[in-house]
Amino acid sequence: MAAEATAAGLPERLPRPSPTTLFGLVLVVLLVVWLAVNLVKTPGDFFDVLLIGLTTGCVYALVALGYTLVYGILELINFAHGDVFMLGGMFTITFSTSFFGLHQGQGFAIVPIVFATLVLVMLACGLLNAAIERVAYRPLRSAPRLAPLITAIGVSFIIEDVGLAWKGPNYVPAPDIFPHTNVFSVGGVDYGWNKLIVILITVPVLLLLLWLVQRTRQGKAMRATAQDMDASAMMGINVNRTISFTFLIAGALAGAAGVLYALYVTTVRFDQGFQLGLIAFTAAVFGGIGNLPGAVLGALLIGLIQAFNEGLNWHAPGSDWTESIVFSILILILVFRPEGLLGERTPEGG
Amino acid sequence: MTTPAGGTPPASDPAHGDEIGLRNQIRARWHALPELTRAGISIGLFVGLSILFFFVDHALAYGTLTITALFWIRRLPPVPYRLAAQVALVVIYLIAEPRSVGYVLAVGFAMTWVPQRYRTYTYPAAGLALAVLYPFYQDRLFTVPVFGVWPDVATGVYMLVFVMMAVGLNIVVGYAGLLDLGYVAFYATGAYTAAWFASLQFPHTTWHFGAVGIDPHLAGIHVTIWLLLLVAGVFTALSGIIIGLPTLRLRGDYLAIVTLGFGEILPQVARNGDSLFGFNLTNGPNGITPLDSLGFGHRLSSLTGGFLPANYLSCCSAKVLGHQIQSTDLFFWTALVLLMFTIFCSLRLQYSRLGRAWIAIREDETAAAAMGIPLMRTKTWAYASGAFFGGIAGAYYATFKSATFPGDFFFNISVFILCMVILGGMGNIWGVIVGASFLAYLNQEGLANTGAWINSNIHVGGWHPNLDVPLYASGIYGVIILVVMLFRPEGLIPSRRRAAELHEGVHDEPLYDTASAGA
Repeated sequence: MAAEATAAGLPERLPRPSPTTLFGLVLVVLLVVWLAVNLVKTPGDFFDVLLIGLTTGCVYALVALGYTLVYGILELINFAHGDVFMLGGMFTITFSTSFFGLHQGQGFAIVPIVFATLVLVMLACGLLNAAIERVAYRPLRSAPRLAPLITAIGVSFIIEDVGLAWKGPNYVPAPDIFPHTNVFSVGGVDYGWNKLIVILITVPVLLLLLWLVQRTRQGKAMRATAQDMDASAMMGINVNRTISFTFLIAGALAGAAGVLYALYVTTVRFDQGFQLGLIAFTAAVFGGIGNLPGAVLGALLIGLIQAFNEGLNWHAPGSDWTESIVFSILILILVFRPEGLLGERTPEGG
Repeated sequence: MTTPAGGTPPASDPAHGDEIGLRNQIRARWHALPELTRAGISIGLFVGLSILFFFVDHALAYGTLTITALFWIRRLPPVPYRLAAQVALVVIYLIAEPRSVGYVLAVGFAMTWVPQRYRTYTYPAAGLALAVLYPFYQDRLFTVPVFGVWPDVATGVYMLVFVMMAVGLNIVVGYAGLLDLGYVAFYATGAYTAAWFASLQFPHTTWHFGAVGIDPHLAGIHVTIWLLLLVAGVFTALSGIIIGLPTLRLRGDYLAIVTLGFGEILPQVARNGDSLFGFNLTNGPNGITPLDSLGFGHRLSSLTGGFLPANYLSCCSAKVLGHQIQSTDLFFWTALVLLMFTIFCSLRLQYSRLGRAWIAIREDETAAAAMGIPLMRTKTWAYASGAFFGGIAGAYYATFKSATFPGDFFFNISVFILCMVILGGMGNIWGVIVGASFLAYLNQEGLANTGAWINSNIHVGGWHPNLDVPLYASGIYGVIILVVMLFRPEGLIPSRRRAAELHEGVHDEPLYDTASAGA
């Protein structure tokens, strides 16, 4: 990618210019120094913020995986994904309070309710995402690549307004049911159960996804389709069904993220999906788009960066600048290392 | 007014079977019908339309009937008094219906006289004439069903500014095929450039250069807006180049994301820019207001005998054609001049060497590079030219509003402008103008009017809708984008070339794929 700077276009890859690397290194060193100073000055805050960052990182990871799955198979940035996530949060509120009568202080009765809500929301979002693919992306599969990207923006706006029409323009409160008692509290660093539950739900979902993609027949079909659509069709793989399935999985992950977000943050608003979706997309690009572990790593890092930026005391830019920082990272990554930290999944590498 | 009769022979002989596209097929079928049937159908249509119009506005109905008559006089063999008959018809109509619609339709009649080969200029000229005269007849226009009254002149300025931006974005998206999701960044850059150099924003510096309508000892930098429009354009073009140089080598969808990133960062910088390391650059969420007014200054004003106003805001006592000229009208005409400039540049660029290079890159980047087109330089030029007009539009609109706020530069605006380009027809400047004016009107007045109409006129059983239609503006644009991309990706008034690309599909694979280069 970097080689293309010579517009004449020599086919072989030129060595990366050293000022770029230097610039990157300086940035990383400054970041480390800044973190270290913060750690020394206020260790309690530092670890608190670290734990918060990991928790938000988990939610980002679930959303980022959806971007990465879809990108891996269609090379399409599914702008509507973040809004599917937002609808997931709204589904959560409706399902859990209206269907199951979830409210605060039910003790362990919340466990089956949360589980049932999770399953229902994942299913609903998965089906929604697959339907979006069917309506908005499949007819344009042979069109220029920018056409489905444009429809994706359109769909994103439509879903946003569905959320607006459904739940109104204000923050919708979700029941605050995760216990806030501490798992542990060491030297002023508190780790609440609500944070642990997010991780406890995220990790099995991630393992399930990995198993699905790596070990099952359907997963194999997905990987094959991602590598070469025509060849997999020739091998007898139903490409359309595989793509639908991928969208279903991606939507289900967004739904899971929606459940966690709604119950952890306890508010949802119609326009949050797009913003969070962009952050999650940044995470996916950060880790290397198309690369599943990369998406998780990128999401955790973005979650940490966001938390450090908003929570640390010494010379942190503060939450006013979060989006600017995240998007600067996105731009820097795309410009200097478009393959991301772990490398984009290549057609050869599966 | 589309007419099935057409009144003119078709551009290409239908017998040749050159019937690509729905429009040509319909045209060929139409001309295959017997002459009498055609006459019957078209007269019937016109009369039906006139009857329909009768319920809306009498002038419109009479006008339509008059047009019908004119068309059929035209089809007569060249008898000696044909022209006289036409003129007589128009004169009778104008005397009978002196209201504004008469003037509107007079231009329509003019078009029926113009020979085929001058038609290219007639439509734009007629459109321009209608636009220039708009402030004079706007308040006398009839009420459109559902949409309500015609947009007022201030909305007209808004529409013109957005048309200008859409034409600028069309250079990037339509000509060069680069998806730019952060066009609002250029708009913001232009607006802030104007605001910095024509307001009280920097009170520690006092520097005046041709500013009008303010105390010459007022603190802050005050440069004349005319110069600032140019400065804003150039500055925005430069920032376009700076943004473009590192990012334009990315492939299409990544480029879209990067531009989106810039489009998100810039408003945030504007919002937080009231203490950048202690320096108040943008005055934060309060925005910069007021800005200096536009005007030509007293010397130019007196030199032209008061034709050029000294200051737009404190101008105008003149009454022309029974219409009291207002400062909004002046802003409207100035915007029109700027738009003309934009359209002129855009048209000249389209088939220039650079424009052809853009089309080549859009259709096949690899082939274009192989033909010796410098990819980076050409794309950067597209970016810079698009940014230039976005900057001018932003600066002008900030001057018109006399304010600039960070809240004006949301991502929605980028998509809104993109929607204009897509709806009208990517790559075709006339389509973009139509699409942009319509959507800008919808955004400013149309949606509110339509919503009010729906709320007061639609009852399903006992259900009365109470919709806040403008609230759902972005969703409506989403539907427009989706429907247009799925069913008519070339837009309402397509450029032929773009339509062919979108239907047949082109290989827009870049020279280097990150997938293979990054491995």
